Amino acid sequence: MSISVTKGGSRSGAGRPRRSAGANAGRPHAALALPAVLFFAFFAIVPMVLAFGLSFTKWNGLGNPQPAGLANWQKLFEDGRLTQSLTVTVLLTVVSWAFQTVVSLLLGVWAAGRQRNRAILSAVFFVPFLLSSTAISLLFYALLDPNFGIMPGDTLGSTNGAFLAIVFVGGWQFIPFHTLIYQGGARQIPEVLYQAAAIDGAGRYRQFFSITLPQLRNTATTSGVLMIVGSLTYFETVLILTQGGPGTDTAIVPYLMYEAGFKSYDFGYASAIASFLVVAATALSLLLVRLSGFGAMRSTREGM
Amino acid sequence: MESTTSNGGHTFSRRWVLGAAATTLVTAGTAGLTACGSSGGSGGGGTLTAFVYGDGDAKVQVQAIDRFNASAAAKKAKGKIKLEKVPGSEYPTKLRTAMGSPNAPDIFFNWGGGSIKAYRDAKQLVDLTDIIESDPVLKSGFLPSVLTAGGLGGRKYGIPMRGMQPVILFYNKTLFAEQKLQPPTTWDQLLDINKKLKRAGITPFALGGADIWPELMWLEYLVDRIGGPQVFDRIKNGDASGWGDPAVLKAAQTVKQLIDDGAFGKGFSSVAYTNGGAPAVFAKGKAAMHLMGSWEYNTQLGKFPDFARKELGWTAFPTIEGGAGDIRNVVGNPTNYWSVNARTSNKDAAIAFLRDCASETYAKELVAIGAIPTTANAEKLLDASPNPEFAKFQYQMVQQAPAFTLSWDQAVDPNVSTPMLTEVNKLFVGKSSPSQFVSALQGLK
Repeated sequence: MSISVTKGGSRSGAGRPRRSAGANAGRPHAALALPAVLFFAFFAIVPMVLAFGLSFTKWNGLGNPQPAGLANWQKLFEDGRLTQSLTVTVLLTVVSWAFQTVVSLLLGVWAAGRQRNRAILSAVFFVPFLLSSTAISLLFYALLDPNFGIMPGDTLGSTNGAFLAIVFVGGWQFIPFHTLIYQGGARQIPEVLYQAAAIDGAGRYRQFFSITLPQLRNTATTSGVLMIVGSLTYFETVLILTQGGPGTDTAIVPYLMYEAGFKSYDFGYASAIASFLVVAATALSLLLVRLSGFGAMRSTREGM
Repeated sequence: MESTTSNGGHTFSRRWVLGAAATTLVTAGTAGLTACGSSGGSGGGGTLTAFVYGDGDAKVQVQAIDRFNASAAAKKAKGKIKLEKVPGSEYPTKLRTAMGSPNAPDIFFNWGGGSIKAYRDAKQLVDLTDIIESDPVLKSGFLPSVLTAGGLGGRKYGIPMRGMQPVILFYNKTLFAEQKLQPPTTWDQLLDINKKLKRAGITPFALGGADIWPELMWLEYLVDRIGGPQVFDRIKNGDASGWGDPAVLKAAQTVKQLIDDGAFGKGFSSVAYTNGGAPAVFAKGKAAMHLMGSWEYNTQLGKFPDFARKELGWTAFPTIEGGAGDIRNVVGNPTNYWSVNARTSNKDAAIAFLRDCASETYAKELVAIGAIPTTANAEKLLDASPNPEFAKFQYQMVQQAPAFTLSWDQAVDPNVSTPMLTEVNKLFVGKSSPSQFVSALQGLK
């Protein structure tokens, strides 16, 4: 295919001399994007549009949806549980981000060393990421059982305990992944910087704070965006560990949506929550990209 | 895209069309495969699909379907049935999704009452009232109260197909003997027992609070004993102001007292029944009593057979001084039912299959797994039960009950029962006070 594309490109260049042949050189044919575009359209755009449409109807999963105007949206903005869910979601995102960043930064920098024991341990650390979140949640649910588990007391029965359990279990699963990102980032830092610092008499900690950390700025942004967008969709962990409880204290927005849809069978309202979540998550990631300069990221090696 | 007019664009557009065609083919092929895979479910040459709650007891339904498929009745109706066992906790969701799709089951397990209301409203159920009336096997085959309890608004939509499931107060006979206690018949006795048990370092009640419905059982019995069965009857019929009945508030306050006294121990809200947590607490003697559906016996028999056979005792929920409810009143699930999808391709075969549920063979198979059939002929079969004493206790409990209140979460529509369960959980974990609980429930509609 690439041959015909090149041929086509050169011919079109000949036919239309004003167009620069260089602009298209090396670009894959647009048709190559077709499967991905179709896939995205069928499995992301179409369901999203349908869900948005459903949010203006009343539907219990049987028969045809009945138009309901803005009733679901009105209910959404008057629902006290949405406010609570949003607070919990934001809190969970921030705390997870802080916890995972600190641990995976330290682990990643440590694992960047080329010693053999570090390589072996890094491989071991990576294992949790290979397990499914459902399996991990079930495992921790059993470990946290108040009568037969390993933790004394009723961790999941208290608001703080349940919240921290979700943060910890999420971290346990995703820290290996972010460790890997930081490990890669740390290995990219040129050795000469450390050599120069050593000559200047900088110790191990000074080197970490003055070279490693600033050099990992872009890595931290990448991993941070992934963490924040990821924690908006923590769902299995909440479903299995706490079911939103105690009471409704850990019911994050995705769980609220699940409850409305698959427990109350109020698919109209569930779609309104889902549409809201899509808008909120998109706005948040755009904001993050803008604030962090992720879009216009510049090389950390400038001037070297 | 602008280059379509140029020479090069010619290649482009042909490729584009080919690529698009290929993708469409792949997509269509996949869709076709999916359709083929699932269309076997309904229709497909007279084979009917039946959905059943996929727990251990489903083996009775497996036997019944094998028997039916080999029977003359099946040949006459030109239909066979394929059973699909749906894992327990996912059952209601899977059923709802399937019923909203073209691949709906022809026959399906349900709890009667609120659990089938949405299907009735969507005209997806076969009204069995006249069929039962005109068929002596069905008409006189079951306990009338059970047959009625599965219906809606006086019409019948279900045929009883499993054992009765009253909620019973189970206790540990060994612990009671050690502490020189008698099972309680009044609330004061119960509080006295609690005091003595706590002094001995034993939690009075096991409770699987993480599942929430075990917590609900406490409120169901308390409201019945305090205000009588008519309190919930009013709520069930759609009158949300019925939650304002003083009996509901009193029941919630009683629950709060029990929790504050430590009657359920610490950490009950993160113990589940479904994963075996609460039954283990009870069987290992950490707790002395357990308010649970009659299936508790089978659960214990499976996991702690010695405990089930030797130490497990049972009694009715005690009365409350000054309360309106009779001690013989029962809450729980009368039984489970088969209902028939109105869009079934072979209604005759479905009805022929349902008639088997009234047969003595079917009842005997239920008895053999320790269930108590709701058929009229059941009592004489109970001697063959693995535990005749428990079987007869249950049968008489249901037979003599002046009122049988359907579990609240099954009696009302799911869009009421979900927030109701959330409020029950908030009450039990102390996130809302009894009066907040009542006003939250009054707001449900």
